[in-house]
Amino acid sequence: MSPDRIAFVTLLKKEIKRFWSVLGQTVTAPVITAMLYLLVFAQALKDRASAYEGISYTEFLLPGLVMMTVIQNAFANTSSSLTQSKVMGNLVFLQMAPIGPLEWFGAYVLAALVRVCLVAVAMLAVTTLFVPLPVEAPLALLAVFLLSGAGLAAVGMIAGIVAEKFDHIAAFTNFFIMPLSFLSGVFYSVHALPPLWYHASHFNPFFYMIDGFRYGFFGHADVPIWQSLAWCGGFFVVASAVCLWMLVTGYKIKR
Amino acid sequence: MTAALSIAGVRKSYGRLDALRGIDLSVAAGEFFGLLGPNGAGKSTLINIIAGLVRMNAGQIAVMGHDIVRDFRAARRSLGVVPQELVFDPFFNVRDMLRIQAGYYGCGRESWPWIDEMLERLDLADKAGTSMRALSGGMKRRVLIAQALVHRPPVVILDEPTAGVDVELRRTLWRFMTDLHRNGTTVVLTTHYLEEAQELCGRIAILDHGALQVVETTRELLARHPFRFLRLKLADGAQLPEALQPLIAGEVNGVVELKLETARHPIGSVFTALRDAGVAIEDVQTREPDLEDIFIDLTGERAEARP
Repeated sequence: MSPDRIAFVTLLKKEIKRFWSVLGQTVTAPVITAMLYLLVFAQALKDRASAYEGISYTEFLLPGLVMMTVIQNAFANTSSSLTQSKVMGNLVFLQMAPIGPLEWFGAYVLAALVRVCLVAVAMLAVTTLFVPLPVEAPLALLAVFLLSGAGLAAVGMIAGIVAEKFDHIAAFTNFFIMPLSFLSGVFYSVHALPPLWYHASHFNPFFYMIDGFRYGFFGHADVPIWQSLAWCGGFFVVASAVCLWMLVTGYKIKR
Repeated sequence: MTAALSIAGVRKSYGRLDALRGIDLSVAAGEFFGLLGPNGAGKSTLINIIAGLVRMNAGQIAVMGHDIVRDFRAARRSLGVVPQELVFDPFFNVRDMLRIQAGYYGCGRESWPWIDEMLERLDLADKAGTSMRALSGGMKRRVLIAQALVHRPPVVILDEPTAGVDVELRRTLWRFMTDLHRNGTTVVLTTHYLEEAQELCGRIAILDHGALQVVETTRELLARHPFRFLRLKLADGAQLPEALQPLIAGEVNGVVELKLETARHPIGSVFTALRDAGVAIEDVQTREPDLEDIFIDLTGERAEARP
């Protein structure tokens, strides 16, 4: 293996070990939270008519909950890692190492994808007995999952680079990630919304992530899959470009 | 021969503050080099630029001939930096931290025996499995040194490695640095302990207000100011003759220290003046100038503390 590849693999392993060492916080806790959402909403709204014919409300809800958890955890993984390194001062080890911006970006994003894969698989495994889901479009499912996870991991890196303390990350989560993920059609179909909110939802990238992910399971969704894929892909490209620009120029991390 | 460290026209400003005002410096391979200066002189800024933590406004730096911007990977693989702050990653134990650091520099399992050797030599072997967050300050300092050396760089920069450490650790670190240097590593040391620099460094640069005041061998530097010090304890109630008053460099507990220029003020002339004035002496001592005296002369400031 070339030295550059060893460096990349080391950084990737280190990032995986970082969240693995606190698995209770990074994987178990989000799975339990999502399960509680499922339990509460499925119980409270089980008699509600489903958005799609032949699909119960609980089945409709589960893919959205999985994707919402993926969105929040992909963001949390990279943003908390970078912010913690900045606050503790140990980011210098990475900054002084012969690791280029692309390897840095790739390792952080891949590690976040590993974490959200674990979270998603754990959620689906736990619920498979009482909410079995079909997989009608596996390629679309995988593409939306990877693009959404990677896009949010890139946004997490941007937030981690910009943040100077944990409060900044909390603000980013509370005022950007949480509202957009809750208003993205996890708990309802956007067709059930009044016209203003229906149209507003179409400017929320998280809506396309959840809708595209749902399409992967059921083969139909609120908007065509190509539209969801285009939004997810575009979101990933823009977030990655901004993040890479920050890493190349040393924005906020190199004085 | 390629210089271990080549610095040309390096400038750095923070707003209106000129932290570095055009630094030109070359450190030859195999040197033990001291970079001294008072707080705020620009030492850490210069080191951080070399390490890739700070962007310079102008100039060029090469480590073992590799430009730190254009050829940053080769430059960084040639360099190990011990940062001044006690930074650590709380998620890992000591051995894992060192293996991760080796991996960053492209070193695989072949570096593991060297890691174990360093753990032994820095008295860290029994802490190898201990979490970084559980280590004392001194232990963390040792780990930082091991981290900087994990990829066996030909050039090592130590930014105040002995600041705030106890005497035993300081001696361990001195021994370790001397061994490194003996084995061919170029060592660049910054320290506030001037005795340390005088003892270890073959050549010294003094930086003040962002500019190099002097770059000379330690021997040249010590010989640069041809003066010596004479300490006199006068008999009770005796006053120093008026002619000798301008030579007073300090007075502590009744002992007067005179700063004598070797050519202008031979020691005999002082005794003659004392005898002529009828002043009795209780005790006499002479002291050669040390690096601290030169440092004060050049920067007008006293080093922070003596070890």
